[in-house]
Amino acid sequence: MSTLTLIQAVNDGLKTAMRGDERVLVLGEDVGPKGGVFLATEGLTSEFGPERCFDTPLSEDGIIGTAIGMAVNGLRPVAEIQFQDFIFPAFDQIVSEAAKLRYRSGGQYTAPMVIRTPYGGGIRGGLYHSQSGEAYFAHTPGLKVVIPSTPHDAKGLLLASIADPDPVLFLEPKALYRSVKGEVPEGDYRVDLSTLRTVRPGKDVTVFCYGAMVPVCERAAQQAAEQGIDCLVVDLRTLTPLDEEGVLEAAKATGRVVTVHEAPRFCGYGAEISALIAENVIEYMEAPIRRVTGFDTPFPNTLEHHYMPDERRVLDAIESVARF
Amino acid sequence: MTMTEADLLTVIEADGGTPPDFDTGLSDAELRRAYRAMLSVRAFDDTCMKLQRAGRIGFSIPNRGIEATQVGAASALRPTDFFFPSYRDFGMALYLGVPPVEMMHNMFGDALDSAKGRQMPVHFSFTEPIKYFSISSPIGTHIPQAVGAAYAFKLRGEDHVSLVSFGDGGTSSLGFHSGMNFAGVWKAPVIFLCQNNGWAISCPSDHQTASDGFAIKAAAYGMPGITVDGNDLLAVHQVVSEAAERARKGEGPTLIEARTYRMGGHSTSDDPTKYVPAEELAKWAEKDPVERFRRYLAKRGLWDEALEERLQAEVSAEVRDAAKVAENTPGPGLETIFSDVYAQLPPHLRRQGEAAFDLAKRKGEAGAGDGAFPL
Repeated sequence: MSTLTLIQAVNDGLKTAMRGDERVLVLGEDVGPKGGVFLATEGLTSEFGPERCFDTPLSEDGIIGTAIGMAVNGLRPVAEIQFQDFIFPAFDQIVSEAAKLRYRSGGQYTAPMVIRTPYGGGIRGGLYHSQSGEAYFAHTPGLKVVIPSTPHDAKGLLLASIADPDPVLFLEPKALYRSVKGEVPEGDYRVDLSTLRTVRPGKDVTVFCYGAMVPVCERAAQQAAEQGIDCLVVDLRTLTPLDEEGVLEAAKATGRVVTVHEAPRFCGYGAEISALIAENVIEYMEAPIRRVTGFDTPFPNTLEHHYMPDERRVLDAIESVARF
Repeated sequence: MTMTEADLLTVIEADGGTPPDFDTGLSDAELRRAYRAMLSVRAFDDTCMKLQRAGRIGFSIPNRGIEATQVGAASALRPTDFFFPSYRDFGMALYLGVPPVEMMHNMFGDALDSAKGRQMPVHFSFTEPIKYFSISSPIGTHIPQAVGAAYAFKLRGEDHVSLVSFGDGGTSSLGFHSGMNFAGVWKAPVIFLCQNNGWAISCPSDHQTASDGFAIKAAAYGMPGITVDGNDLLAVHQVVSEAAERARKGEGPTLIEARTYRMGGHSTSDDPTKYVPAEELAKWAEKDPVERFRRYLAKRGLWDEALEERLQAEVSAEVRDAAKVAENTPGPGLETIFSDVYAQLPPHLRRQGEAAFDLAKRKGEAGAGDGAFPL
């Protein structure tokens, strides 16, 4: 065990995968000698050589398209998109190609690959360095979408994603890169995809969240506890395929549900959780399901702290469902 | 890259001399104005770097080393043309009369910022005194947009042009290739200005292409490609003037590769000493575009120490005052989160805005984050 930040855990996960499997390689913009703009790939080129960790020309479409080709021909590429906001030139390759390859070829061809990319706000990055685009991708059959919130899970989920036979979009909450630290086991270990994590047990209100919203919800739950409201906080960790049974169990446990994400509300991931619960266990619900989200606007710069859900907003929703 | 310096179009010699009888196409007043704009870029750039280091603004993009390309290009165009800049183009705005205070409002993201504090610093957007198109962070997206704007000029029979500016990294983008292709097919009045400044963040320009430079790419899209010394203001002015003349006459687009050098980091969050060879930087420092143009002006009798002192004092005061004004301007109001998403505020956004105001009243305002930009 060592104590690492989330970004160090990602780096450790990449090194562990590359040491254990020579098919694994890393490509992207500035991932080589610079080690990535957030230093996620620091030291990889020196340890594994420029054939296994290298800078590409500045084209996200090229990065993902070539990674698919590597994956179908025996490699295990881990492609970095520098900011999730820059992923859209590669949307076609991800959504129409990587995600559909197994299905369209009758299972003959597959693209086992990981696309790592930092997402979310909190760094004064404005419209194009702050977005949370998980809903676009969670809507895509054939693609897995994974979001860690702790160093332990970042490494364990990354190793599970690299080992997974299907393409995985691995969204890293950049606001947590250096702000959270935790115990991380040495060497290879896997956190199973499609399993959620109970962050704290509780009996009054269930709060579903993921990524950078997890510590926000934990703090809101502590404040709620001071008022006697006992919150069950659930970190979803994998958005697709979702641990539906786990979600329904957690919803039934309290009968009062709040979902939280930074992304805009309309057609956001919280709507899926809400609909899943309404369709299956509405008879257990004691209050309307409340969503706390970013606004349905582009992501602002100067006022980003007003845009992102904070403890105030989460607590307000917890109080309203608790008192309904 | 194998292209030698002898292949570059250069006008100003190292000592400031020019070929005999060379016609700059610029009046003495315009030459002095260009020099002042270069000094203004440097003052604005230095001030922003200091403001960022002092934690008074969040971010900036160094512009040192590429002033001749920016100002040389701007000096060849008209205020009625349409500029699609990159995020490293202070000189185009400053030469064509955008007041430094307007740019400073963006750097501080305050209530008087033309984009209402919504974008990161250096992502300017102006409609007056020139059409300086709103800057996006994703690379190359504005290249086909400039072609569309040029098509509109052509369709209306106007003799204006679009100029789109991007770096060597930008040539790898989808936007570059589709934009170049469309412009060639449409014979659109657009100038593609590739500022080859040596680096795309940490990647040297030979990581972007296996071709002999970038200008050569023009051939495949059916347009002329020219390589120019980007540290030579007169040479850049000349090739952009010629490209604009061709475009105005209906002869279509031109790709210009300006060879220059980013003498700072990619941004305030980047440490170029980790990857830029010191000897390479020193070599380019000897070709400093501002000093080179100053030597030219001195040789022409258009510069002396007194002028230098006066201009330096003017531009520093202008930038200092601009920073003071912007820093003392309040931040944008909460309502700016919800406005301008659509022409009319839809009911669901009105409700979200009202809920935000209501929550702020009941539970207090959101605390300002301590977010710092890492790139």
